[in-house]
Amino acid sequence: MTDVLENESYTHVLLVEDSPGDIRLMQEAFRDASSSIRLHVTCDGVEAIAFLNREGAHANAPRPDIILLDLNLPNIDGREVLAHIKQNRNLKSIPTAILSISENPTDIATSYQLQANCYMAKPAEWDAFVTLVNSINDFWLNKVKLPARSFAASPALPGNLCTSKTPQTPRSDSRIERKL
Amino acid sequence: MRDIGSKGAPVEVLLVEDSPGDVRLTREAFARTNSSAHLSVASDGVEALAILNNEPPHADAPRPDLILLDLNLPKMDGREVLAHIKDNERLKTIPTIILTTSAAESDIAKSCELQANCYLSKPVELDAFENLVKSINDFWLTKAKLPPQNGPV
Repeated sequence: MTDVLENESYTHVLLVEDSPGDIRLMQEAFRDASSSIRLHVTCDGVEAIAFLNREGAHANAPRPDIILLDLNLPNIDGREVLAHIKQNRNLKSIPTAILSISENPTDIATSYQLQANCYMAKPAEWDAFVTLVNSINDFWLNKVKLPARSFAASPALPGNLCTSKTPQTPRSDSRIERKL
Repeated sequence: MRDIGSKGAPVEVLLVEDSPGDVRLTREAFARTNSSAHLSVASDGVEALAILNNEPPHADAPRPDLILLDLNLPKMDGREVLAHIKDNERLKTIPTIILTTSAAESDIAKSCELQANCYLSKPVELDAFENLVKSINDFWLTKAKLPPQNGPV
């Protein structure tokens, strides 16, 4: 378990992504990009909202510094998650980047209309994936001034989240093993 | 959606900045970084809104692909300009980057609440300034997919 001070100094990234392969790629690319990043993974829209609202198993979830959101998700899709974030007074200031395989102009326009902070197309090749994660790290986590965590930071990093060092949730673990 | 910069179509950047020195630095840095970026300048908030709303004498002003907005401006400050952009259905999709000398947490918080797409602190050193412009170009004009020019489909 990470202690409080250590947890405070991390940059918390929430990845909302249902593809086990993409989760694995993001975990590896972020681990290589920076050791000060904690990547949390929720695998559908309902779980993402529970994480952000600190409901149920996510009562101790940290407030993410940035959210990477896929559009096509089971249960509640990414557009609805984005609308929820940007209509919520406590959540709307968290930078929310859309990361989707879709390059459809309607998806891009709708995302900006819902106030996504930016839209990125998910590349298919590993090298391009690494380049994209590096540029997210370079720009959003190093150049951009992120808002302070005005919402009280959590006391500790919960042990059941999909961070790069703590074990996966049983659900995403089993899904990754099934597919990879 | 257009492929920004790769098919000869210039990418339109609106810089809202009252300091002539910073305008010059930004212009030079963009010229060195991306020759297809076309920079228009508004030197106060009122002029910025006139350009965005195509009011005379800006009837033919192109819709910007990206807005770089200073916070402290004469006539109407950057916070008001930002609020106007993000409250307007036609303009709200344009990525609006705050580029200011202020690194005050209250300015960052307020800008994020008003839905600035991101907040950047203007460095004082020349090299750092040019690097920042390069980063803006690399991320927003290379990696990010910008909204289609004609707004929501």
